[in-house]
Formats: sequence, structure tokens, C-alpha cells
Amino acid sequence: MSVDTLIAQRHLLANKKQTLVAMLGVTFGIAMFILMISFMMGVNQFLEDTMLSSTPDIHIYNDIKTDYSASIANDYFRDKNSLVVVSHPKPKVVTLNLKNADGIINDLKKDNLIANISPMVSTQVFYNYGPVQINGYINGVNMLEESRLFDLASKMTDGVPENLLSSDKGILMGQGLADKLNLRMGDLVTLATPTGATMRCRVVGLFRIGISAIDNVRSYVSLADGQQLLGKDKSYITDINIKLKDNKLATAESPVLAKKYGYKAEDWETANSSVTASNLIRDTLTYVVSITLLVVAGFGIYNIMNMTINNKMKDIAILKAQGFAGRDIVQIFLSQSIFIGLLGAIIGLIFGFLLAYALSRVPFPKSDFIAIKFFPVIFRPSHYFFGLVFGVVTPFIAGLMPSIKASKIDPVAILRG
Amino acid sequence: MSIALQVEHLNKHFQEPEDFHVLKDISFSVEKGEFVPVIGKSGCGKSTLLYLLSTLDTDYEGKIMVNDTLVTGKSQNDLAQFRNENIGFVFQFHFLLPEFTALENVMLPALKLGKYSKAEIEEHAIDKLRQLHMDDFALKLSSKLSGGQQQRVAIARALINDPAIIMADEPTGNLDSANTDIVFNIFNELSHTKGITILTVTHDLDFARNADRVIEMADGEIKLHD
Repeated sequence: MSVDTLIAQRHLLANKKQTLVAMLGVTFGIAMFILMISFMMGVNQFLEDTMLSSTPDIHIYNDIKTDYSASIANDYFRDKNSLVVVSHPKPKVVTLNLKNADGIINDLKKDNLIANISPMVSTQVFYNYGPVQINGYINGVNMLEESRLFDLASKMTDGVPENLLSSDKGILMGQGLADKLNLRMGDLVTLATPTGATMRCRVVGLFRIGISAIDNVRSYVSLADGQQLLGKDKSYITDINIKLKDNKLATAESPVLAKKYGYKAEDWETANSSVTASNLIRDTLTYVVSITLLVVAGFGIYNIMNMTINNKMKDIAILKAQGFAGRDIVQIFLSQSIFIGLLGAIIGLIFGFLLAYALSRVPFPKSDFIAIKFFPVIFRPSHYFFGLVFGVVTPFIAGLMPSIKASKIDPVAILRG
Repeated sequence: MSIALQVEHLNKHFQEPEDFHVLKDISFSVEKGEFVPVIGKSGCGKSTLLYLLSTLDTDYEGKIMVNDTLVTGKSQNDLAQFRNENIGFVFQFHFLLPEFTALENVMLPALKLGKYSKAEIEEHAIDKLRQLHMDDFALKLSSKLSGGQQQRVAIARALINDPAIIMADEPTGNLDSANTDIVFNIFNELSHTKGITILTVTHDLDFARNADRVIEMADGEIKLHD
């Protein structure tokens, strides 16, 4: 141990209470940082997981075009001197399917960014239950692929997704919807499309994704049943859902696909931009509050170091007289500050972990809207690393100024009294 | 005899509150092993002279040689190292570090010098304390010692790196006559038996009368005595 460290150590031990108070400032700051960031990131992760369990990474579909600026009336009249005005244009009869869906799917399969592809027919339906009609959506899917995309198996409250494959006219229904219709496994339900076609299906499974906006309206049938309900042939596909190997690439990849196939391609971040925005707000909040706490702790250290140095003026003068150079004095006081920070930070990390762990065991108030048992908390080593870095950098900065001030003390002024 | 301390044309001004010529063209030298008190009335510049000689104050004109080394113009870090090795200090207020024991206070400058191992330094420190009859108090916290005891520890500390010269600023200013005698005898013995040069500023004329040679100052100039 160098003599500078020895002196620093004695100073710290001589004022245990003061050292402890300075340390507790850092401990509190770091512990709160860990607790907040673990919780906020947990919330972000939870929302992202929930979102991804209902939104594909990229969703390709045929959007209704509302651009009527070009009209064939111009071509018909071909008179450059007359102005043609078409009032109240209406869309022509369109089918909202993807032309050449098979070709697109085969092409997508060659793309090595893509992990899974699930084609789908989607339509609005009425669920008839006696005289009651409930509005909702039905997705005709290839259940094996769809299940791979969204991990439906883990969301089932009754039955398994594969039941769709083994039953004729089976339906997987959202738990919320089934509750409204008072349906259980094995019950029959009548679906009616807006065009008037009807189909009777048997409930072979119930699922709960955790978002009431989906669980209360959505059901799955097989792709063939969906096509049959709409009275279309086997090539009729309205949507293609894509799962990428890395979902962070979705924003970059979707315009490429849109351009390539001429249909709308929407990535999950755009589809859920409100969630992405609120994640950003939570992140910012976490960092602002944490940094504020650490700055306050830093001022605490700054104060205490200043106080220590004012009390130790004579000691500093005598040390300088005896041959301790300015850098020794800086080292003596800066090392005290860093020690306070380091120990405070380590205790803060432990304390923060315990608080975060405790929070992760607190039951979350039961709610129909989200399926969650405990407060969402994640434990990520990088947060603890950042905590430690903050815990060392803050006291370093806070201790630097008083230490340099101490090293500049003129011993003559003090020794002469 | 060789020269321990040589001063040539030393001038010092205080700028605040107004320009004041405190040391006026001072030149003198001190030989090795001499015990030289510096006396004079308050404000005559004797303490100022001592702090210039000790290299703590570097704001002056002229030349100072300590132990055959020119210290004028050295950097602060070099001067710190130089003081550590060559100059021992004793002050009116003993200025021991209160968190350390008497022994540790004595050891600190040697630990800073780093020439010997810790065990050797401890042995040297106990030797020095024994010379000053303070070895019984070696393990006491310095803040628990009496004024006279603390001053003796401070002298032991000044001796630890075997300096060529000891500079003292009113070392007996805060002591009763019994302790003053002890300090005087120690200084006398150090200079005459160990060959250590001792330069001490003092008000105590009895203390000065018994020394080899006295430098008396008045109004920033030296009156020579023999």
C-alpha cells in the first residue's frame, strides 16, 4: 500500500460517519437507478413481447387505394382545352387479395433474412349466437405456420392449435369473445360475412394473447375454411405475415418488400408506433431521474470532500512541507472520493438488485386487459455495469475539483498561521 | 568545513496589500553542523527568510543553494522531492497528523521517500524516537500527546530522512521553559554530535544566547554577530 493510500484510508476511517453518509448518497442513487431501469425495461420488454405476439414483424397486404387524382375521364375526352371534373368518385369493385400470392411466398422463402412466412385470409364476420350478433374478425390460416409465428401454443387456455388441422370446420376463439358468446369447447357457432355467406363452426380451442382488443374479436379457422367462407378459390390470400430472424431489421426491410411486390408492407414498429414512443419516453425518464439522483449524490461527495479538505488544511501544508507533491495530495483526496463512490456503488448494486427482485415478486393487480401475474422486471448485466461506471465517474468528477484545490494550497500561508 | 546553506542577493516583495520590500539584498552562508538561531523583532522578515530557504516559498529574486544544490528555479515537484530528502521541518505548532500514531507520523516522510523497506523505516523511526526519549509513546495516537511530547515527535519526524539541514520556525514558541530546555539541548546535540545544520527562527533570547552564532535581522536586513 502506498503512503498516499495509507493516508487516504486513515482519513476515511477517522470520519466513519461522514464517509458513511457520503457513501449512502451514492448507494441510494445507484440502487434507485437499478430498480428503475430494471422495472422500466421490464415494462418495455413486456409490452414488446405482447405486441409481437399479435403483430407480425412485417405484414404484407393489399391496402384500399383512396387516391382518385387520376381519372380515365381524361383519357376518354382527350381534349387538352377542356377541364374535366369528376365529382364524388367511388372505388370500383375491388378484391382485396394479393395477386400471385404463391409467387410472392415462393420468392420470400428465398430471402435469408426471413425465418417464417404465414399466408392468411382475413375478413370481418358476425358471430351469431342465438339472436345476438357480435362483430369480429376471422383469420383463415395455415395453423402450423401461424403457430410458429406467434407461439400460439403457449397462449392457449383450452385445446391445442393443432386441433384446427384435425377437425372439419374447427375454430380457435379468443377467450374474451368466447366468454361474451358463452361458448365452450365443442360448442357450435355461426359465422356470417358482410356479403351474407354463413358457416357453422365448432370451437376446438380457446386462446388468450393478453390484449383485450384481440382476445375479444379474433378467431382462427383453417385457410381452406376461410377461403370457403368468402366463396373464393385456393389461391385467394389477403395477407402475408412474416417473421424475420432479427426483428430490429423490420423497419429497414419492409419498404424493400413493399417496392418489390407492389403491396403495402407494414413493420411492427410502425404498426405499434405508440408503444415504441412510450418505450422511448420511459427510457428517457429512467435516465433523467437516475442521473439526477447521481448528480445529487455527486454534490454530497463534493461537499464532504470540501469539508474534509478545509479541516485538513494544516495536514496538507505539513505534508507538502515534508515533500509530498501536488499530485500526491490529489491522489490522497481523489482516492477517498473514488473509494466512497466504488463501495457506495457496489452496495447500491446489491441493494438495487434486491429491490428489483422484490418488485418482481409483487403480484400485479388482476386486469382483463393484460395477462400478467407479477410486476415485469428484467435483470440485465449491462445495467449493473452502467451503474458501476456511474458510481465511479460521478465521485471522480465530484472529488476532482476539491482535490485539485487541496493540491494548490500554499503551505506557507498556513504554516505561518 | 563545507557550506550547508548559501544565500546570494535575496530580495523579496509582498504585493498585497501594497508593495513592501520585506527582504533587502540578503547574502550569507551557514556551514555544515552549525546551530544558527535567527532573531529579530516581529515583522523584520525572519520567518519570511526561513520559508524562502525552506523552498516552500519560491516567489523571490536572488539565489539559494542548499547542500550544494541550487534550488532556485526548480519545479514544485522537484522541490517537494528535494525537501523530502534534504530538509527537516519543525514548526511552532507541531502539526502532527492526528489520525496517526507518533511512530507513524515519524515514518511518513520516509515512506514517501521510499528508500528503505517498511520494516527498516519502522526501526529507524523507533531509533529517532529513542534519541528524543519518546519511544515509550511510539504507539500512542499523536493527538493524545502533550504539547512538549508532540514537539519532540515532530523533531524525530524532521530527522527521519537524515536531512542535511533542519529548519525550525519558533520551535519553542508554544512550550514551557522545561520543554524549551529539552528542545534546545536536542538541537545543540544534533548539530554538534551529528553534524546536522540547524537554522531556527526564535523570539527566545536565552535560546539564542547559547548558540554558536546568531543571525539578527532588522527591517529586512542582517545585522552580523559573531
